[in-house]
Amino acid sequence: MTLTEPRPAERQLERVTIRFAGDSGDGMQLTGTQFTRTAAAFGNDISTFPDYPAEIRAPAGSLPGVSGFQLSFSSTDIHTPGDEPDVLVAMNPAALKANLGDLPRGGALVVNEDAFTPQNLQKVGYAANPLTDGSLSSWHLFTVPISTLNARALEGLGLTNKQVDLTKNFFALGLMFWLYERAMEPTLAWIDEKFSKRPEIAEGNRRALRAGYNFGETTEIFHERYVVPPAHLAPGTYRNITGNEATALGFVAASQLADRPLFYGSYPITPASDILHQLAGYKNFGVKTYQAEDEIAAVGAAIGASYGGALGLTASSGPGIALKSEAIGLAVMVELPLVVVDVQRAGPSTGMPTKTEQGDLLQVLFGRNSESPLAVVAPATPGECFDYAIEAFRIALKYMTPVVFLSDAFLANGAEPWSIPSLEDLPRIGVPSRTEKAGFYPYARDPETLARPWAVPGTPGLEHRIGGLEKADVLGNVSYDPDNHHRMTELRAAKIAGIAHDIPALEVFGPEEGDLLILGWGSTYGAIRSAVERLDDRGASVAHAHLRHLNPLPENTGDVLRRFRRVLVPEINLGQLLLLIRARFLIDAVGYNRVRGKPFRIAEIEAEAERILSTMRAGVR
Amino acid sequence: MTNGNGQTTSPELPVLTRKDFVSDQEVRWCPGCGDYSILAQTQRVMPDFGYPKENIVFISGIGCSGRLPYYMNTYGFHSIHGRAPTLATGLKAARPDLMVWVITGDGDALSIGGNHLLHTLRRNVDVRIVMFNNRIYGLTKGQASPTSELGKVTKSSPYGTIDYPVSPLAVALAAEATFIARSVDTHTEHLQATLDRAGRHHGSAFVEVLQNCNIFNDGAHREFTDREVRDDRMLFLEHGKPMIFGKDRNRGIRLHGHQPEIVTIGEGGITEADLLVHDETDPLIAFMLAHIYWPEFPVPVGVVRSVTRPTHDQMLTDQIAQATAARGKGDLAQLLRAGETWTVK
Repeated sequence: MTLTEPRPAERQLERVTIRFAGDSGDGMQLTGTQFTRTAAAFGNDISTFPDYPAEIRAPAGSLPGVSGFQLSFSSTDIHTPGDEPDVLVAMNPAALKANLGDLPRGGALVVNEDAFTPQNLQKVGYAANPLTDGSLSSWHLFTVPISTLNARALEGLGLTNKQVDLTKNFFALGLMFWLYERAMEPTLAWIDEKFSKRPEIAEGNRRALRAGYNFGETTEIFHERYVVPPAHLAPGTYRNITGNEATALGFVAASQLADRPLFYGSYPITPASDILHQLAGYKNFGVKTYQAEDEIAAVGAAIGASYGGALGLTASSGPGIALKSEAIGLAVMVELPLVVVDVQRAGPSTGMPTKTEQGDLLQVLFGRNSESPLAVVAPATPGECFDYAIEAFRIALKYMTPVVFLSDAFLANGAEPWSIPSLEDLPRIGVPSRTEKAGFYPYARDPETLARPWAVPGTPGLEHRIGGLEKADVLGNVSYDPDNHHRMTELRAAKIAGIAHDIPALEVFGPEEGDLLILGWGSTYGAIRSAVERLDDRGASVAHAHLRHLNPLPENTGDVLRRFRRVLVPEINLGQLLLLIRARFLIDAVGYNRVRGKPFRIAEIEAEAERILSTMRAGVR
Repeated sequence: MTNGNGQTTSPELPVLTRKDFVSDQEVRWCPGCGDYSILAQTQRVMPDFGYPKENIVFISGIGCSGRLPYYMNTYGFHSIHGRAPTLATGLKAARPDLMVWVITGDGDALSIGGNHLLHTLRRNVDVRIVMFNNRIYGLTKGQASPTSELGKVTKSSPYGTIDYPVSPLAVALAAEATFIARSVDTHTEHLQATLDRAGRHHGSAFVEVLQNCNIFNDGAHREFTDREVRDDRMLFLEHGKPMIFGKDRNRGIRLHGHQPEIVTIGEGGITEADLLVHDETDPLIAFMLAHIYWPEFPVPVGVVRSVTRPTHDQMLTDQIAQATAARGKGDLAQLLRAGETWTVK
C-alpha cells in the first residue's frame, strides 16, 4: 500500500442508518451515543433508538444478552431512527442472528470475525459459520478481525486481555467514523475526560479508536466512503437530548417559572429511573429528590409536598402507576396540584421492561375507583418532553389537579437534536395561592377555572382540614349528602373538561380535509409524520393530526375528524385512543395496532394507509 | 423563617390554650371511646410547643383514629389507608418549618402501612407518630388486627386468629426510631406527659397509646390499665431511675444474666441498688422493654428510648446548602446548554 494509491470514492447520501449490535457488555450503547454526538455536532439531524436487554449481564454471547443502538443521521429533517439499518455492525454471532432480519438485502454488514468461534456459534445455534458458508451472500459482508487488530494496536500498554477486549467497540466506532468521514476529536476529548484518572485505559481507548479509523484508511476493504452533509435545521443553538433528559429539565424549568420548589418522589423502575438520577444532581436548583420505599410512598410524599406548597412530582412506569392509583385518586379528591409521569413500557405485569408500548392510556384515564377525572398530556418527541413537563405543571397549578404526563421507553431513551429554548420566551406559571382570610373556604372555586384555593400550612387564619372523604361544596367539611356528592362529582368532571378551552387546537398536517386522517399520540409521531410526507409526495390525500392533550381533548378534535372520509389511529396497543375516539365522536375510525415492544416503522404505517386508500378507491368504483 | 407562600412568619406568638386547638366539627367517635381522651390530651399539650397553630399539621390514615385531624383547629389532612407517613415525609421535606403529627392505628400503621412506618422511622423524619392501639379493626366493625392476641375470636376469626401479634415498640426499635414511648388513653396525666415529650423530640417520635374500643374490643387493656391494678401491673419508666413498680413501690426489674426478672425489695437481701436503672439511650434496655408484657411482666409505659440523630429534612436541607455553596445557585440557562452544543445560523 502506498500513499499514491487512489483514495476511495466518496458518495453523498441524504440519510444513513447504522445499528451497532453486540453483547450487553460490549459497550454498544456507548458506541452509538458517541457516533450520535459526533453526527449531531456536525450538524446532521439525528434520531436514535437504543434497544437494550433487561438483564444487566445476560450470559456472554447469548441471544438474550444482545444490546443494540440504532441511529439515523441525515441532511434533511427526519422524524424517526429509521425503519431499517443501512449498516449493521455485529460484534458477535448472537448480535448477527438477532439483528440480521432487520437488515435489508444488499445492506452493509460489518462483523467482528474473531468472535465467530465454534463455541460462540454453537451458543446461538449456528451449525456452520455464516461468514463462510455463503448464507450471507445477499448482503454486503465485511469481515474484520476486530479483536485481533485491536489487540495488536494496544500491545505494550500493559493492559490485561480483558481490558484490551473492552476497548474493541471503539475500534468499530473508529471504522464507522472513517466510513462516514466523521471527526474523532469529540470522542477523543470524551475519552480524556472520562478516563482522566486512568491514563493507560484512556490511551487504550484512543488507540482502539484510531486503529479502527486507520484500518478503514489503509485497507481496501471499503471501496467507497459516504458523506451526509449537515441538515438545514432552523437557526438556534442545539444539543442532543433524550426524552428523559428533556423531561427532567422541563420540570426544573417549571419550578423556576412557577417560583415554587420542585419535590420529586420516586421509586426506581425501568425506564423512568433516569429522571431520578438526573434530578438528584440538581440540588443547587433547590430540587428535593426522595427515593421512597415504594411507589405508593413516592406519590404520597409528592402529595404531601404539594400540600405544603411545593411542586409535587412523581414518576414511574405502568406497574408503578398501578400501585400509585389510590393516592392519585386522593389527589383528585383533595384537588392538589400533582404531576405523575408514566414512562410506559411493554406489559402487562412486568412485561418487557426495557421495551416500548402505549398501553397505559386507559389506565391513567380510568384506572382509579369511581369517577376520578384528571388531565393527561403526552409529548410526541424527546424534545417536546421539555415543553410538556412545563405544560403539565401549568395545568396542575392553574386547575389544582393531578396531571399525568405520558412518555414511553422509546421517547425516554431516544434522542434528537433539540433547539435550546430561551428562558425569557417561556411564560411564567400562575399559582392559585391564597393568604386572604376573609371569605376563605377550602372548596370555594375560581368561577373560571373551577380551581379551589391553594391555602398551604403556615398561612395564618386559613387552618382547615382536607381529606379523601367527600367534601361539602364550598365549605369543604365532610359530607354524605347525596345531592352534594352528585354536584361535587360533576364539578370535578367539569373542571377537567374546562381545560379544553385553555389548550391549543388540534393541528392538521397536510390537507385540511380529504380521504384519510392519521390520528396519533405520543412517540408514534415520527413514523406517522414520515409516512404521511411520503404519501403526500405521491399525491395521496392523507393528513396527520397528533394529540398532545389526551384529556381533555382539544375542542376541535371532532371537527377535524369529521373532515376526513376515513380516520386511522395507529397505536402501540390494541386500540385505546381508538376506543375513546369512537365512543366520544361516534366516528367509524379504524386502528393499526402492533405491540412488539418496538416503535412503528414508517413503512408499515405507509402500507396500512395505502391499503385503506385502495379499499376506498375500490369502494368508489 | 418563611412559610410556603414565601411570607415571613412572626417569631412573636400569642399565648394559646387548649380551646384554640378545638375545631368547630362535632366529634363523632362512639360514646365511651378511648379516642376522646387522646384527642383531649393532644389538644391540651399543643400550646406547650411554641408553634403558631397555622404551623402545625395533623395527618392521618384510615380507621377511627383517622378522624382526629378534623377535630384539631390546625391544618389537617385525612389521607388514605396506611399512607399518612408518606404524606408527612413529603410535607416535612418540603416544609421543615412545620410541626407535623401523624395519627394512626394498629391496622393502619402496622398492617397496610407497615412499610411506611418502618421507613419513616429509619429515616428519622421529624414527625410525631401517635398510634392508637385497640388491638382490633374498629371502623370496619371488628376484624382481627396485627396486634390482636393469638386465638382472638373476632368476626373475621370465628375460630380464633392463627396470626401471632406484633409488638409495636419492637417494630419501632427495629427501625431505630429515635424516640419510642407508650402510654394509656385512660391515664390522662401520663398520656399528656408522654405526648409532651414526643412533641419536644427532634426526629421520628413513635408513641403507642393503648386505647380501648368499647364496642368491638372492650377491655382491650383492662387487665393492667384499670385504675385499681395499674400500679401493680404497669411499669412507669423514668430516665435514670430504677425500674420500680407496685402500689407499695416495693417491686422491681432486675437482670439475671441477660434475662429480666421481677424481684421484691427487701426480700432475699434485694435493695433498690440491685434494680435495673432505666436509660433512654441504651438500645439493649429498649429491646428488653419492647418485649416484656403482661401477664409475665408489668407493661412498661413512658419513654422507652430517646436519642438524637440528624433528621431527614435537616440532612436534605444541608445537602442543598452544600451543593449550592460548592456549585453556586443553579443557573437554568446554563444547565440547558450543558454538554456539547452547536449553533445553526
